[in-house]
Amino acid sequence: MNLAAAFFYLFSAIMIASAFIVIVARNPVHSVLFLIVAFVNAAGLFMIAGAEFLAMILIVVYVGAVAVLFLFVVMMLDVDFAELKEGFLQYLPIGSLIGIGVLIELVLIVGAWAVAPSSPGASPVSIRPDISNTAALGQIIYTKYFYLFQAAGLVLLTAMIGAIVLTLQHKSDVKRQVVADQNARTPAEVTLRKVASRAGLQG
Amino acid sequence: MIVAIVFLPLLGFIIAGCFGRFIGARPSEVVTTSLLFVCLLFSWIIFAQVGFGTAEASVPVLGNWFTSGAMKVDWALRVDTLTAVMLVVVTTVSALVHLYSIGYMHEDPSRPRFFAFLSLFTFAMLMLVTADNLVQMFFGWEGVGLASYLLIGFWYEKPSANAAAIKAFVVNRVGDFGFALGIFLVFVLTNSVAFETIFAAAPGLAGKQIHFFGMNADAMTVTCLLLFMGAMGKSAQFLLHTWLPDAMEGPTPVSALIHAATMVTAGVFMVARLSPLFEQAPEALAFVTFIGATTAFFAATVGLVQNDIKRVIAYSTCSQLGYMFVGIGVGGYSLGMFHLFTHAFFKGLLFLGAGSVITAMHHEQDMRRMGGLRKDLPVTFWAMIIGTLALTGFPYTAGNYSKDAIIEAAYAGGVHQSTAVYAYILTTIAVAFTSFYSWRLIFMTFFGERQLAPAGHDAPSAETSDAAQLHDEGKSARATDPHSAAVHDDHAHEPQDHVPHESPWVMLIPLIVLSIGAMFAGIIYAGPFIGHGFEEFWKGSLYQSADNHILHEMHDVPFLVRILPLIMMAGGALVAWYMYISAPGTADALARANPLLYRFLLNKWYFDELYDIIFVRPAFWIGRLLWRGGDERVIDGFGPDGIAARVIDVTNRVVRLQTGYVYHYAFAMLIGVAVIITWYLVGGVR
Amino acid sequence: MNMAVSLTQYLVVAAILFTIGVAGIILNRKNIIIILMSVELILLSVNINFVAFSAFHSDLTGQVFALFVLTVAAAEAAIGLAILVAYYRNRGSIAVEDINAMKG
Repeated sequence: MNLAAAFFYLFSAIMIASAFIVIVARNPVHSVLFLIVAFVNAAGLFMIAGAEFLAMILIVVYVGAVAVLFLFVVMMLDVDFAELKEGFLQYLPIGSLIGIGVLIELVLIVGAWAVAPSSPGASPVSIRPDISNTAALGQIIYTKYFYLFQAAGLVLLTAMIGAIVLTLQHKSDVKRQVVADQNARTPAEVTLRKVASRAGLQG
Repeated sequence: MIVAIVFLPLLGFIIAGCFGRFIGARPSEVVTTSLLFVCLLFSWIIFAQVGFGTAEASVPVLGNWFTSGAMKVDWALRVDTLTAVMLVVVTTVSALVHLYSIGYMHEDPSRPRFFAFLSLFTFAMLMLVTADNLVQMFFGWEGVGLASYLLIGFWYEKPSANAAAIKAFVVNRVGDFGFALGIFLVFVLTNSVAFETIFAAAPGLAGKQIHFFGMNADAMTVTCLLLFMGAMGKSAQFLLHTWLPDAMEGPTPVSALIHAATMVTAGVFMVARLSPLFEQAPEALAFVTFIGATTAFFAATVGLVQNDIKRVIAYSTCSQLGYMFVGIGVGGYSLGMFHLFTHAFFKGLLFLGAGSVITAMHHEQDMRRMGGLRKDLPVTFWAMIIGTLALTGFPYTAGNYSKDAIIEAAYAGGVHQSTAVYAYILTTIAVAFTSFYSWRLIFMTFFGERQLAPAGHDAPSAETSDAAQLHDEGKSARATDPHSAAVHDDHAHEPQDHVPHESPWVMLIPLIVLSIGAMFAGIIYAGPFIGHGFEEFWKGSLYQSADNHILHEMHDVPFLVRILPLIMMAGGALVAWYMYISAPGTADALARANPLLYRFLLNKWYFDELYDIIFVRPAFWIGRLLWRGGDERVIDGFGPDGIAARVIDVTNRVVRLQTGYVYHYAFAMLIGVAVIITWYLVGGVR
Repeated sequence: MNMAVSLTQYLVVAAILFTIGVAGIILNRKNIIIILMSVELILLSVNINFVAFSAFHSDLTGQVFALFVLTVAAAEAAIGLAILVAYYRNRGSIAVEDINAMKG
């Protein structure tokens, strides 16, 4: 077997192992970190498949932003080191049974399936060997899939606003600027004081 | 004309019943009363034409009611002498009662309803007497039962009135059950219910046997017994009598019309009408005599000790109805009818007179509180005297002719019928009782000192001491009608100084008219009804079989038999005089000396209690069982309630699927996905 | 481009990852964050699918869509965590057992 295949198996194995640890780890911080490992290995898989732009974006966005966000939240919330309750075991048999069943079915489908001859894409955008993956992606995102691109932007905007709306709390003892008040202030309301260096306002 | 007679009261009912609220009370009264006086006029014309003139009996057919297989029932009005007699009785008494009620019900707020019901009753009664077939007669029969229920329960705010109305209806129902079975049997035997047909077929059925319940019985006897059961219910004969005294809860005009002159006589009329059938069933006639005699005796004994003026007269009615059936039972159908005719006059007179007394005493009905009224109510007094004379059979009054004729016939019939001897003895004794209680009523009401002030306002407090001693005083002593309590706000005077005053002329005129009838009806009509003018008068409307010569035989009785009733009557009057005028207090002493007998009589031989134990309580028990056990537990349990409860159970269990945990939901989704995949994998994508 | 590894293997890997993600949602008893991470794993498996197909069909469309999935996954993660934070502030706990206010 050649190098590509070997790397494929390596990356896949680590990825699957880390994914498994994500869900069974006791410490949520460990979970997050292993999630990062999974992402990195997925990026490797993408590389092998030739989607290097996507692989890098995976690292930047997923690992750099999403996983870090997870870590922030895990750290911020006072999460208990919850023990594995017995309930886990209660569901384990039937849950794993069904899960394994689903898996087997998926594999069967995958194995027995063949591509329909007419299928390769409604409008195939063939991968041109001469330009880089990034450039190729750029060429079609901003032209063919422009509306989807804008929609994705709107989704991100909505998410940003939503996150702020959900979590913003004005603490009463925090001073912040209110620009409108500042603009409305007239010289008559302002007192100018001369302060010695490092002395601070007394009184 | 006959159509007008029958349907004008119906028109009166519709006008007063549906429009009484709009046209007002006085117009309702006037309209219904006037219509009835028109009917009265027509009835006397028909009576003259058919009874004494040459007009033939006719049967105007109004149309077909229903035809079902072999049974064809038409609306047809039969007009023969028997009908004419009843028409006269019904319309006369009804018209006079309508007139009387204008005065009696003067203060009642629901006058239109009252007059509507009176007219409805008259219509139903006229339907009954003019019926040409058994089903139409049954229609009228049920109609009078309904009107009786409505009128007894007229003051429906009074629970005792409602109970009495239901009692009347239910007891009548028992009788009607027998009547209906009789009609069915007649149809089975003759394939028809029309009178023409069944009368023609009757002689042919004389010896026929029918087979039922594993027994062979004479068909006509069974039929007539069943039909007589209906008469027993309607005419308050011995075993089905319990409703009549309680029917006194209704206003007095109702008692006069329905429970003295007309509805209760429907049974007598029915047997007389069906005389062709009864003549073929001698055993049934013997039974009729037996029941009639027993009733006459029984009711007279109870009437001896009653304290409510209306109840005395009610038991008197019951007793006289027994007399009528005795007359019929020995074969003298015309005797019964004649007594019915005269009885309507004097009993109606007595009731209306009692109503006059009650009004004067501000709706006090307990005779022990009355006394010395002859100075205050002269017209009423003389009217009651006339009525009492007629009732007791004083010579030359109407009652003498009819009642003594029955007693003589009972004696004469002893040769043919064993029960006639029994009847003779009992009816003769009952004459003494009748005389006693009738004169007792007069003496207690009109003579002597007034015992207590008219207790129109404070009745309950005075009765409690009596009620402790005597059972069943609740109904007779608590005599204040509800509307008197309601309306007495405008009579702002002290009860102590109230002076009874004579009734208004609208109430006195009927009394006067009926008095004339009570005095002279006997003299005038004895001949045609029961004497030598018999054939020309009845013209075959009353059938007599070939060997029925009772009307002739009754004239051949010994002199002693003829004089005995007079002796009994005089004796009863004298005893009453002694006990209530000469030596007042004798009655109470006698009652205290024989407490058991007194209570036995006062409580009507404990029939109500007996029936309560035998019928009423088991019926309630069964009803409760079926209701609670059957209806609630079984039907509702398996039906709506059960289904509702099961639905709630099931949903309670289903709701536990909604745990609120997202991962449970995700799990459910996973299972669903797995199932779908498996399905398509195994089944193959189609 | 990847003759060494067939499509099937990529798909199998994605399927296994998918199963692990689903198991994480269902079997999780500790806290909500695990659920959110499992969702990320699922989305990742979908991305692998897209990319694998894109490579085999030499069709760039798959990668474009994988990019969009990535975008949406990031947005969803952000919102999910914001909700979690708000919930935590109100309830004081993110233990899975306590979050059953939707129960019927």
